[in-house]
Amino acid sequence: MLRIALVGQPNSGKSTLFNAVSGLKVDVSNFPGTTVKYTRSRVYFLGRHFELVDLPGTYSLEAGEPAESVAVQYLLSGEVDLIINVVDASLLARSLEFTLELAELGLPMVVALNMMDEAERKGLKIDVGKLEEAFGLPFIPTVANRGRGIVQLFSAAFKVYDEGLKPKILRYRRQVEDKVSRLEEAIPEELARPVKASKRFLALRLLQGDPYLTSRVKLSSPELSKLTEKLREMLEAEVGVSAAEAVAGERHHLAMMLFEASTKVVRRPKPSKADLVDKYIMHPVLGYVVLGLVFYGLFTVVFSVGQPLEELLLTPFENLMEYFAALKSGYATLAEGVLLGLAGGVAVVLPYFVPLVFIISLLEDVGYLPRVAFLMDSLMHRLGLHGKSVVSFILGYGCTVPAIMSTRILESPRDRLLTVMLVNFIPCSARTAVILALVAFYLGPQWALFLYLFNLTVIAALSKLLSSKLKAESPGLILEIPSYKLPPPGSLAKKVWLHLREFVFFAWPILILGSLVMVVLELAGLLNLFNLLLEPLTVWVLGLPKEVGVTLILGILRKELTLVMLIQALGTAKVATVLSPLQIMVFTIFITFYVPCISTIMVTARELGWKMASAAAFLSLFIAILLAFAFRTAASFTL
Amino acid sequence: MLTLAETPPGAVVRVIEIMGGRGMRLRLMRMGLNLGDLVKVLSSGPLRGPVYLENLSTGVKLALGRGVASKVLVEPQ
Repeated sequence: MLRIALVGQPNSGKSTLFNAVSGLKVDVSNFPGTTVKYTRSRVYFLGRHFELVDLPGTYSLEAGEPAESVAVQYLLSGEVDLIINVVDASLLARSLEFTLELAELGLPMVVALNMMDEAERKGLKIDVGKLEEAFGLPFIPTVANRGRGIVQLFSAAFKVYDEGLKPKILRYRRQVEDKVSRLEEAIPEELARPVKASKRFLALRLLQGDPYLTSRVKLSSPELSKLTEKLREMLEAEVGVSAAEAVAGERHHLAMMLFEASTKVVRRPKPSKADLVDKYIMHPVLGYVVLGLVFYGLFTVVFSVGQPLEELLLTPFENLMEYFAALKSGYATLAEGVLLGLAGGVAVVLPYFVPLVFIISLLEDVGYLPRVAFLMDSLMHRLGLHGKSVVSFILGYGCTVPAIMSTRILESPRDRLLTVMLVNFIPCSARTAVILALVAFYLGPQWALFLYLFNLTVIAALSKLLSSKLKAESPGLILEIPSYKLPPPGSLAKKVWLHLREFVFFAWPILILGSLVMVVLELAGLLNLFNLLLEPLTVWVLGLPKEVGVTLILGILRKELTLVMLIQALGTAKVATVLSPLQIMVFTIFITFYVPCISTIMVTARELGWKMASAAAFLSLFIAILLAFAFRTAASFTL
Repeated sequence: MLTLAETPPGAVVRVIEIMGGRGMRLRLMRMGLNLGDLVKVLSSGPLRGPVYLENLSTGVKLALGRGVASKVLVEPQ
């Protein structure tokens, strides 16, 4: 089947384009490099079946961040038949450098000049014909988030593929071209064929010193390897900079020339409202006021929407459960278990989950997160982290799993390790549901706020402690700040729906099943055994009733489960009648800090290996016990 | 001649040299900061925070950590 790859720089609108043709599949956001793994979809469009692959945004084919090397590896896998290069037309000068590099691959290619509306707002007039002539490729103007130009883009793509149209070869300075042509001649067929790349592309990469290709050639053909080194040294002597910079510089010059020949600034850019707002958001003082307000607003909205909804939704479930409890039969008890699981998912978690996910998605899509990275970079470095770590932390308030995956935007393995470890401690929406439904509901919102601040303090201290153990320095921040985008309501709704679907189809069954397991355990008389085994922890260390023991174990499946089970274990939804305020706090502190859930362990293992995943799990368990015990002890002295 | 880290917000400067390692120079180049570019400093984070700039030549906006910014030599326009 025809396989088309969407390739482009971060924030060029690849995922939006992907969504427009593939439907409800991919997560779009406005942070450089959020598509950290590639997404593929079978598509039927304009009467053709094909596979569309959305690659992570990358600034060039030189692999820097892990997210970028995913794209490079895929492009060189030999699986790609056609490239659609998505370009942010408002940043044409820089984007053309990448287009040049892609064209060197020698694969059939089409360029989508996306965000033409933004380019027009900036006062740019692009002569599309000139670009097409220079590259020998179709350039199709599009506005992907409004669906404009997509039909034309794909018809051009099919035409290019059917006619086997290859991009023109654009030449660099003689000093570079001399070496490239000599290398091209020396490159054996076996090297070029499997990757489907042109020899010119490989020659340029060898000259630049691509580490992967260089090491491969060293083994397979030592002669080519020697020749490469000789030519590279020659070039470096001639131009006075490293070969990698020389080639990058050549590309830049050529791209600038093509840009100037094709694009005119016809009028002064209209200042958008967003630019005016940006002054305050990025202000060295006011920026922090805005940041504080945004987060205060976030939790206020989530709490004030969630709480009344929780009460409203819980009542019918409570009535039903009372009805079943009154029946006093085994089946009725089972039904009660199912109902309780459902009540937890629908009435307790959903009211907090939906507004939280909505607001975090909004912040992400609008383009606020990289700005938070700018504001927090200095503090983060002081804590031994990187400015970009903030982004993963904020995403962590939604769900820990995507937050861990987002750490791929960090260049250094040291920062990734630290950020993944710490993201585990950020209360995700499930834990927020526990905090809000228990602490805020029974003890008042100020205690919930205390818990969040306490949590941040602990994370900061842990970061300081862990980073002092890691030798390597964190590299300085180099981050693109994308322009603000008003996400189309449809795309935002899609995103919330994606999270919601995941929650409904994945979490609800677990909640109901977990709740059922507990009922069965109870009916079989095993519940007491588990609780007894956990007594040293629950009763002795934490001072909680022994009935909560099993909730802590099953809570590893999903954090919301602890809440559902707590209600079940205690035999009442009115938790405050059974637990003292102190016990509620101790329980919630423990829940907030210990292993988020099984999915988190899995994804940590995938990103960092099982050793680190178990280290993270044990660390969190240790911290949770320590903090819950410390809080209990401190409170018993002061109260 | 001064570095980007010392450039006050609002000033427009031209990039004349990027010091530092090859990796950093290449990274800046491919993200859209090259020698000869005209750059406007938009904001500067407090407590040695990063520099927020707009590259007037390419339209790209970047945040550069203080350490990175202090390796970019510029000339006031």
